[in-house]
Amino acid sequence: MLEKGAIAPDFELNATPDQKIKLKDFKGKNVILAFYPADWSPVCSDQMALYNEMLKYFNKYDAQIFGVSVDSVWCHLAFEENRKLHFPLLADFEPKGAVSKAYGVYDEELGESKRALFVIDKEGKIAWSYLSPIAVNPGADGILEALEELDKK
Amino acid sequence: MSTLKPEINSRDHIQGDDSASVTIVEFGDYQCPYCGNAYPIMKEIEETFGHQIRFIFRHFPLANAHEFAFPAAIAAEAAGLQDKFWEMHDALFENQYRLNGELFDELAETIGLDLEQFQQDCTSEEIKSKIENDFDSGVRSGVNGTPSFYVNGTKFDGGATDLYQMLKESAE
Repeated sequence: MLEKGAIAPDFELNATPDQKIKLKDFKGKNVILAFYPADWSPVCSDQMALYNEMLKYFNKYDAQIFGVSVDSVWCHLAFEENRKLHFPLLADFEPKGAVSKAYGVYDEELGESKRALFVIDKEGKIAWSYLSPIAVNPGADGILEALEELDKK
Repeated sequence: MSTLKPEINSRDHIQGDDSASVTIVEFGDYQCPYCGNAYPIMKEIEETFGHQIRFIFRHFPLANAHEFAFPAAIAAEAAGLQDKFWEMHDALFENQYRLNGELFDELAETIGLDLEQFQQDCTSEEIKSKIENDFDSGVRSGVNGTPSFYVNGTKFDGGATDLYQMLKESAE
């Protein structure tokens, strides 16, 4: 798993069937990547619901959050609509799990992303990362602390 | 290990004795079904362990997922201004199955609030910011879903039933 100080690998992933998100387009902004195993599974849903409530916090720290899983864009769309999520979910779908692998958070056995968080600074360097046990929702206190730390710089 | 931030203070709604050996803080959402299920168990804990328990409730409304969560928290705080926070808290959970926008005035009347004052207080910015502060406290304390419990300042890894079990075992 990539740790603090590493350059965040660039990626280009679909957020919707016709919208691609490139990490490098977010230079100058803090980025939060929340890798999670799958749409619809109970723990993930709570986790995304929590981030959904926290968008104004992330905004305050000039940070954009993305959820990332190996689900397809269509699955993400249905999930976002059902949970009224107001931030993009990226489909690490083809080649499957490539971005999760680049960040060192792919579970080969399950064929899913692990539950992992990254805070990337405005220069594209990883400022903080955290791997959570698969069944545990990591909350958001770690993300906020990392963003506060960046804010102080 | 996640800990409660900030610590219990004068802005908190506190039930039970200051001298209690166990302080339980719940971060909850009045529309969350899991909090609704936890409610009678919390009552049972308070009854069973009596003076040993001090109970604090902080708001953690998941407003995007639950449209009445924030208004319900406002209703509880507005009732609090008339010293009836816990009466409204109980009434909200007991009527969670029929929670809607019209319920708050009805409950306010049932628990004997000055209705006009209540309605006026429901629009108060101060109450809104109190609830946002509670939410902030939850986020910083590592709340990852509702309900989340803290026992003597440390996050408890489990639900209300686990909490009851833990207290029973430690009392034995």
